[in-house]
Amino acid sequence: MRFMMIVIPKGYETAAPDAVPSAEAVAKMMEYNKRLQKAGVLLALDGLLPPSTAARVSYKDGKVTVTDGPFAEAKEAIGGYWIIQVRSREGAIEWAKRVPASNDGIIEVRQIQEIGDFPEDVRKAAEGFEKLPNAAAAKA
Amino acid sequence: MSDIHKTIEAVWKIESTRLIAGIARVTRDIGIAEELAQEALVAALERWPEEGIPEKPAAWLMTAAKRRAIDTLRRGRMLEQKHGEITRELEYQQQRLGEAMDLALDQVIDDDVLRLIFTACHPVLAVEGRLALTLRVACGLTTGEIARAFLVPEKTLGQRIFRAKKMLSEAHIPFETPRGDELRRRVDSVLSVVYLIFNEGYTATAGEEWMRAELCDDALRLGRMLAELLPAESEVQGLLALMELQASRTAARRGTAGEAVLLPEQDRSLWDHAQIERGMAALRRAQKLGGGAGNYALQAAIAACHARANTAAETDWERIVLLYDALLQVRPSPIVALNRAVAVGMAQGPVAGLQALDALAGEPALANYHLLPSVRGDLLMKLGRYAEASEELQRSLAMTDNVRERELLSKKLQQAMVLADAHHGNDLDR
Repeated sequence: MRFMMIVIPKGYETAAPDAVPSAEAVAKMMEYNKRLQKAGVLLALDGLLPPSTAARVSYKDGKVTVTDGPFAEAKEAIGGYWIIQVRSREGAIEWAKRVPASNDGIIEVRQIQEIGDFPEDVRKAAEGFEKLPNAAAAKA
Repeated sequence: MSDIHKTIEAVWKIESTRLIAGIARVTRDIGIAEELAQEALVAALERWPEEGIPEKPAAWLMTAAKRRAIDTLRRGRMLEQKHGEITRELEYQQQRLGEAMDLALDQVIDDDVLRLIFTACHPVLAVEGRLALTLRVACGLTTGEIARAFLVPEKTLGQRIFRAKKMLSEAHIPFETPRGDELRRRVDSVLSVVYLIFNEGYTATAGEEWMRAELCDDALRLGRMLAELLPAESEVQGLLALMELQASRTAARRGTAGEAVLLPEQDRSLWDHAQIERGMAALRRAQKLGGGAGNYALQAAIAACHARANTAAETDWERIVLLYDALLQVRPSPIVALNRAVAVGMAQGPVAGLQALDALAGEPALANYHLLPSVRGDLLMKLGRYAEASEELQRSLAMTDNVRERELLSKKLQQAMVLADAHHGNDLDR
């Protein structure tokens, strides 16, 4: 089973565009990342720039609107994620409990959908997936 | 299983390897270390449901193991001395042991984990014992989980682990990392154990056998662990690449009714392309380390040829033949030669394929191997020699008990027989 552990740091929704974590926080996080890697569970990870650098493209009644961040209505924002492979939902939660998150941070644990679990018609609709960019990268 | 038990099991999977490695660092005996860790787990299963999961579960487990270790030391010594008094010497030993174990968890280093894996995969053990012990100490699987994965009763599996630990202790296998030439041999043993675990899961394609399919993920985790622990070993990367590339096809390997779907017929859109990319990256690392011509790296390179092809028709069979030639140099085997013959058939046509196959006719290792007549049947079908093809497929059917394989073969046989009938009048080969 694959899970995404999503980091929701407190206050990230209003963080300045050039906000960077402290060296100390990064060092702690690297120690954790290394642990995930040594346990063989880590598949991917990334950190995201603050929402103040982001844009939202919204669709309404056939109209498309682009809004630049930060987004006043947002109560929380994603700071980054890990994708891990474990045997159970409990396993993912236990790894999330070991994240060196700062005060008031949240880690949301979400299972990743596997295409093989879809019914036949959905699988059919997913045909041509091999032409998507990540597959192209695989062939590079 | 209750939620708290699932949580305890999850904690165990994260912490047990380092815990056992840490204890073995002190005891220098993985059998004893594993038993002490198990007893700590039993204590956790008794106490955590009431007390809740401790804030530092690893430290809690180590403390519990330490208590058991001191008890064992005391009991062992009392027995030795019969009714003698507990001496100051024993007290001193207990204190030393306790202190060493208190420190062990913080001191445990990658080498301890590596020693643990090397010891569990020691060639002195029977292969089934290596698999079970490795899954137990390096993946944190319970006896029940391993037993279900290998389709054996839990008791049998428990005995396997018991025998393996006893053997390690009786053969005085040291808890250490092998050096020099010995290292090569021992790395090979570890990699073969990991690949056997993978294949146990990979050959289980049916939906109801998902318990076994999880073994693929366990093997992949082991492979990634080893890639961290042995960063200079190209074959570790090669094996990781091979497993990632093979596992990337999992979703496409069974149809909606649970039937096996072979590579040429697979819906390639169901392949896991992120996993393919991980496999390709591992293969590049193997090649960068100078191991492109290694056994696993070559097998991975063959799997990569399939992964690169958008359709079965686009497969670069010429390259696959060359890779099999290279593989035969490093790992000569009749099975590899058989696979090469299949590739030759695809690259140069069925006549060339049959010729390559004929060269294997007297091979004793393939005498009862169902894939030899099955491949022959396929090639004869392509040549329109349906009656002969039927005979080969019938021979193949008689050689395998695997339900999924029999389904596939029966389907082909029926096809061949229908075509043989239709062509009976003008079949000049008969």
